[in-house]
Amino acid sequence: MTVSATATAEVFSLEETAPEHARAIRDSRPLRLITCGSVDDGKSTLIGRLLWDTKAVKEDQAATLHRDSGKQNDLGLPDFALLLDGLQAEREQGITIDVAYRYFSTDRRSFIVADTPGHEQYTRNMATGASTADLAVLLVDARAGILEQTRRHATIASLMGIRQFVLAVNKIDLTNYDRAGFEQITHDFKEFALTLGVKQIVAIPMSALKGENVVYDGRAAMPWYDGPTLVETLEKATTRSNQTVGFRLPVQRVSRPGESFRGYQGTVAGGSVKPGDSVVILPSGMVANVSKIVTFDLVRNAAVAGDAITLVLDRQVDVARGDMIVAIDSQPMTGRGFDAQLVALQPDGIEPGKRYWLKSGSRRQRVSVEPVSQLDLKSSKWSATDKLGMNAIGKVHLTFDEQAIFDSYEQNRTTGAFILIDPDTNNTVAGGMITGRRSEIGGIHKDDQRVLLSLPADLAEKIMATELFANRRQDVDVRHTSAGRAAEILADLDE
Amino acid sequence: MSDIRPEAEAKHSATQKPPLDPHLKALENEAIHIFREVAAEFERPVMLYSIGKDSSVLLHLARKAFYPGRVPFPLLHVNTGWKFAEMIAFRDKVVKDYDLDLIEHINPRGAAENVTPFTHGSALYTDIMKTEALRQALDAGKFDAAFGGARRDEEASRAKERIYSFRTPDHRWDPRNQRPELWNIYNGMIRNGESVRAFPLSNWTEVDIWRYIQAEDIPIVPLYFAEKRPYVERDGMMILAEDPRLELLPGEVKQEGVIRFRTLGCFPLTGAIRSNATTLDDIIAELETATVSERQGRAIDRDQSGSMEKKKREGYF
Ligand SMILES: Nc1nc2c(ncn2[C@@H]2O[C@H](COP(=O)(O)OP(=O)(O)OP(=O)(O)O)[C@@H](O)[C@H]2O)c(=O)[nH]1
Ligand SMILES: [Mg+2]
Repeated sequence: MTVSATATAEVFSLEETAPEHARAIRDSRPLRLITCGSVDDGKSTLIGRLLWDTKAVKEDQAATLHRDSGKQNDLGLPDFALLLDGLQAEREQGITIDVAYRYFSTDRRSFIVADTPGHEQYTRNMATGASTADLAVLLVDARAGILEQTRRHATIASLMGIRQFVLAVNKIDLTNYDRAGFEQITHDFKEFALTLGVKQIVAIPMSALKGENVVYDGRAAMPWYDGPTLVETLEKATTRSNQTVGFRLPVQRVSRPGESFRGYQGTVAGGSVKPGDSVVILPSGMVANVSKIVTFDLVRNAAVAGDAITLVLDRQVDVARGDMIVAIDSQPMTGRGFDAQLVALQPDGIEPGKRYWLKSGSRRQRVSVEPVSQLDLKSSKWSATDKLGMNAIGKVHLTFDEQAIFDSYEQNRTTGAFILIDPDTNNTVAGGMITGRRSEIGGIHKDDQRVLLSLPADLAEKIMATELFANRRQDVDVRHTSAGRAAEILADLDE
Repeated sequence: MSDIRPEAEAKHSATQKPPLDPHLKALENEAIHIFREVAAEFERPVMLYSIGKDSSVLLHLARKAFYPGRVPFPLLHVNTGWKFAEMIAFRDKVVKDYDLDLIEHINPRGAAENVTPFTHGSALYTDIMKTEALRQALDAGKFDAAFGGARRDEEASRAKERIYSFRTPDHRWDPRNQRPELWNIYNGMIRNGESVRAFPLSNWTEVDIWRYIQAEDIPIVPLYFAEKRPYVERDGMMILAEDPRLELLPGEVKQEGVIRFRTLGCFPLTGAIRSNATTLDDIIAELETATVSERQGRAIDRDQSGSMEKKKREGYF
């Protein structure tokens, strides 16, 4: 799609979509993306414009939009954000409160987009959208640049495993299409993104309102930009799956319709399985072989991550909801102490030592949560804390009464994720990502093996920018010093 | 006491359908996951069954989710007495064919006071015969979870709704304070009297529904297919003129035309469209070039922007 957005009248006409591409878009599962960024940066307007220009808005909906828009801008354009901000309170206040999910497609693929709120107060709803996304479109107002809230959203998105970012430098029309301003913001963001370990960034100067570089290019107004439009970028983005890791089946329910049948129902959360495979049931540790994979359509000879299946084993074993059936040769971590990162989502934050319910997959168990450190969004540094307030991003220790079963979130976005539920209110108070198992409850084991390295500063920086490093940052001590002093310290050690 | 149905197993392994494309497969997997999670976590789930295309897909997914077992909860049909006759016939056949438990509820107050769409207006009628009736039925059954076939692409306030949508004891939805819902980890913890509406089709679009009906060969009410039918024009809608209770107003004439329905509800409030789509292929092709949304044919949604949200806050599905 590389037509120019010229006269507004043309952008308005609702031509019929050609149906010939209808088959092509279903070759893959839809790309899930979010829009995020600070208040009023134009997230909802952007998605509204995207729906409009991909012809996802029908005539009756367009008529409603025109009627509801009133006079909101001097350009005579409708208020595209109203296509997203569907709640009465949102329309009254002109802001987004909760995440809206919308669906659209181009000739190449289909998309599920979550439009998230910019207000800090509603960070929980942004996290809701981010948790399942493959890609984040981070909006920045070209006049304001990167704000604390921009950093918060980028950080949450990256913690939740999003590795592909589009930096949409929006409202570029209000800066007279200033190229230097765009380049400065891009530079600032790339520098910040390094601390998150995020490297896949496409920066696009954009006017969501006027539809420049969204679906149609903005060459007329910005001849200096020859990069892709938003839609071109989205069409090329990749979806992620858990198919390459070990087999995991969190058991949702045991199906016993009659004496002769016992099957374990759940959604494959990692890897693949076929009849004959040896599996272990956790936490009990019992071993069995897969005898059948049953689905409504036919008995299948394999299932992969994402498939909702019923598994039949070759022997009588005790399996209950909340157990996990896993590959014998690639097992998750089990134990009573884990380390995690989390985002606190409710006004009471996370209270030290309080016992919460933790739900991961189909397993719900009691946990006590001990906050360790909190990320300071201004300096990008972690500082020690024992309490996490609302919207804080923190590192915590989890201590369970009974065995818990996890992969690290980095390895498996399903079996490494959890929510915390406050037993007093039943509300969801945090979303968390497992970073590792604690070898001993109460702290890193003193006898664990460590390695001291002394590296040139530029090499250290490159290593620290890697994803692997970023994910295990909490396990590492880093000090800057001179080459001479480093040599002294290492010499001391050798003595 | 075995309820495994071997004949079903035989039938399915015999007729090998081509596998679903990855897009529909992903939607199906998600829906089955939700069905199983709700069935496992709640004590008394129920499935709202409105006999339309979305309900037909919902039911099909429920059967798949629990196979080879029976669907482990009843279906609830909130009847108004004004449904299309073909819908009721279809419902009764489905319940029999698939060995389902059906609860039918009609608001006794509305029936006693003879509340009709003609005498009370569509807004009040919907309020009493649908919203109030639903609350009555859910209370009577002490249901703590109710599956519905709503999709986020239907309407702007639906687009905001969680997959587990929390309701207070008086069935209210508070759209400003929804629980965060991260990944596919659903929080099913509620207190006595509170409940959850669960929406397995949240991420489906209208086209997805039709393509799935086609791929899975799911039976639907014939009113969805074009045929020559009698109708009258009223308030800019084509109303099916088959039911003897429909009285012609001055100036109205009964006409005939090839029409079909894009959504099904109460016949006096549901407008037909002119269409020659007699097959699923036709319907899908028609949809992909459609210039108006499916809600357009429904009188109850047209009152004002935000009317759906208002109804939902009061307990409408
Ligand atoms: N001139 C100009 N105005 C824009 C552009 N994009 C958005 N706006 C305006 O900015 C205002 C805020 O837009 P929204 O889309 O509601 O912003 P948002 O980021 O969704 O806001 P929240 O969701 O509340 O955080 C509206 O008045 C838009 O019309 C743009 O590219 N150019
Ligand atoms: Mg918004």
